[in-house]
Amino acid sequence: MFRNHNRSPRQQRNTGRRSPLATTALIAVGLLFTGGAYAAFSTSTASAETAHAASASTVAEGKKLFQANCASCHGLALEGTDEAPSLIGVGAASVDFQVGTGRMPLQAQGPQAPVKPVQFTDEQVRALAEYVATSGPGPSIPDESLLQADGDAANGAELFRVNCAMCHNVAGAGGALTEGKFAPALTGVEPVHIYEAMVTGPQNMPVFNDANLTPEDKRDIITSLKFTQANSTVGGHALGSLGPVAEGLFMWIFGLGAVVALTVWITARSN
Amino acid sequence: MSTVTAPADTTKAPAKKSGGFTAAASNYLDERTSISAAVKEFGRKIFPDHWSFLLGEVALYSFIIILLSGTFLTFFFQASMAEVHYEGSYIPLKGVEMSAAMASTLDLSFDIRGGLLMRQVHHWAALLFVASIGLHMLRIFFTGAFRKPRELNWVIGFVLFILAMAEGFTGYSLPDDLLSGNGLRIIDGMVKGIPLIGTWTSYLLFGGEFPGTEIVGRLYSLHILLLPAMVLAFIALHLLFVVVHKHTQYAGPGHTQQNVVGYPVLPVYAAKAGGFFFIVFGVVMLIASLFTINPIWNYGPYDPSPVSAGTQPDWYIGFADGGLRLAPSNLDLVLFNHTFSFGILLPLAVIGLFIVAVMLYPFLEAWITGDKREHHILDRPRNAATRTAIGAAGVTFYAVLWAAASSDIIATHFHVTMEGVIHTLQALLFLGPIIAYFVTKRICIGLQKKDREIALHGYESGRIVRLPGGEYIEVHEPVSDYERWKLVSHEEYKPLMIRPNSRGKITAGQKVRAGLSRWFFEDRISPVSRTEIESSHGEHH
Repeated sequence: MFRNHNRSPRQQRNTGRRSPLATTALIAVGLLFTGGAYAAFSTSTASAETAHAASASTVAEGKKLFQANCASCHGLALEGTDEAPSLIGVGAASVDFQVGTGRMPLQAQGPQAPVKPVQFTDEQVRALAEYVATSGPGPSIPDESLLQADGDAANGAELFRVNCAMCHNVAGAGGALTEGKFAPALTGVEPVHIYEAMVTGPQNMPVFNDANLTPEDKRDIITSLKFTQANSTVGGHALGSLGPVAEGLFMWIFGLGAVVALTVWITARSN
Repeated sequence: MSTVTAPADTTKAPAKKSGGFTAAASNYLDERTSISAAVKEFGRKIFPDHWSFLLGEVALYSFIIILLSGTFLTFFFQASMAEVHYEGSYIPLKGVEMSAAMASTLDLSFDIRGGLLMRQVHHWAALLFVASIGLHMLRIFFTGAFRKPRELNWVIGFVLFILAMAEGFTGYSLPDDLLSGNGLRIIDGMVKGIPLIGTWTSYLLFGGEFPGTEIVGRLYSLHILLLPAMVLAFIALHLLFVVVHKHTQYAGPGHTQQNVVGYPVLPVYAAKAGGFFFIVFGVVMLIASLFTINPIWNYGPYDPSPVSAGTQPDWYIGFADGGLRLAPSNLDLVLFNHTFSFGILLPLAVIGLFIVAVMLYPFLEAWITGDKREHHILDRPRNAATRTAIGAAGVTFYAVLWAAASSDIIATHFHVTMEGVIHTLQALLFLGPIIAYFVTKRICIGLQKKDREIALHGYESGRIVRLPGGEYIEVHEPVSDYERWKLVSHEEYKPLMIRPNSRGKITAGQKVRAGLSRWFFEDRISPVSRTEIESSHGEHH
């Protein structure tokens, strides 16, 4: 758009000589072009989709919802307060994750926002996400094609072990972090929320951007998680996939409990 | 049967027709093996009937289940760390590089008929094996069954407990999955933390830098050859001693230090015990078919870089893991250019001392009490208040270490901070046993008082009677003679007196011993004497 603007006066003159402003204009164009390309590149799949999906009315509705439900902590202009961070440039994915899993609006300050029943309808969540996305470029809600859990489960499982298992547990059963924080269990989490968590790094989670894990890698991780959850009962009840602590507790209480009850029965005197 | 064998009998003289096939067969065997002496000895062995006497049997039966299922597993397991690409039917690991050990364990789980069931039977039975040994040891401890002449059998049983843990740990490490690899890494770290010999030992153990390509094969040899052979040998010795010493029994009418009241092995007890084996087998089978254990396909192959959250050992190694978690992590001391990691050495030393104390307890108690008599009648735990209190303190100490091994799971599931859990358990490790000691001792003495009261005055019947003079009394029901026997038949112990030795001197050792003995027996309630009972009878009649 800018290029056309600049070019048209130049063509009109058509003197064969460069205008003294031409160099400056050229540099400005160059900068805009590379800057724009960089911005588009760094947010990758981001802004392109949200742009066409966003309509003025949903953004307006999102703004209303935001002012009514979020602004008291995040500020009327998403600038953040002492209570909560700024939301400028966090992207639609962040909002969809935090609000779509019920973590936001926060009920009380604590080490970590827990999952709660979702407070808004899907349309409202979408409106909020679009409103926040207008504040600046940020990760957008991922494309459906990446969320079908139809990728390479073996690759995903390996990536999960290397990148995720140290906090979320190798079976995705969750784990403890410091100071009362924790990595939640991943059972039953929507693929879209898993994806969004990886791109936005909510709470204590690091960001896994597309240079780190490509969208296909993320798809594979989702695939392996969904596969494991669908097939967790291979050997019978999974006991929460918590590992030897759950197994030991089970054996002491139910296994040994049953055996002791049977010893009492077998040595009981007949009446 | 007897009709078929009858014609055969006519060839030899001594066989008579009356016994039939069984008699003839027994006679045939006895003439060639002289087995009747052994059958007479063992078959007439009397075993008293009490549920707590079956706990050791549960351990024995679990071990048989482990042997059977383990043999099945050896048909298919490959104890090799050679790298292969998994090509079995579990999709999320297809094409992944792993050791042959891991791949063959996955094949056992997914591609060999009955393999997963046998794996689960083996592992669940192993958990039951160690758990029932633990419970059996607690029974022995709290009833004083380790006293003379059974001190050595306590030590043998203790060795079996350690061997069972070693069996468990080597087995846990065999599949070469992520969880077992993480466990081995912790062991490697502990070994390397030992000054001077640590690093050398680790390299010797793993055949080079951890994890190397040797360890699974080496652990396999231990797991299926040396350790089971030792367990079998010690079980044989343990049972031999049970036969030699004869079984202990609880106090009761007609039960004395010289007899054993119960059922003979043949036929009643053998039938019961044989049936009980199948019951235990059934319980393990049921659990193994309904509940997953060690789903290695979730864990994936071992690779030193990933470490899973919530990595824990099986329950019986948990107390050692808990010790590591509770030790302050910043205790490294650099001396002479060497680092001494007291965060590792301290728990190693404390746990080592605890284990040795458990092993030596019978000898310590015998020395403190100065009791050199044989004991075949078991104590009721309340009548040995100090021992019971020491046991409760030990159990608390172990339980705190045990809980610490699941500190992260406690934190996530009860929504508390991990630091809070660790600090609480650190305090409890020291305070818990002290509190448990005093509370238990007071409860025991309270129960002794109650027993004394009941023996002398009977139960409160709740029946209030108004006497002609207007006085109200509650009628006490006297206990039956059988009941009273149980309440009054324990011995009274008194603190040792300090006596000068032959040279007329009182040694320091004597003083320590007398002090300990006073601590052991100072607080006590005397058992009811015959005269007291007789005089109390007078009150009621």
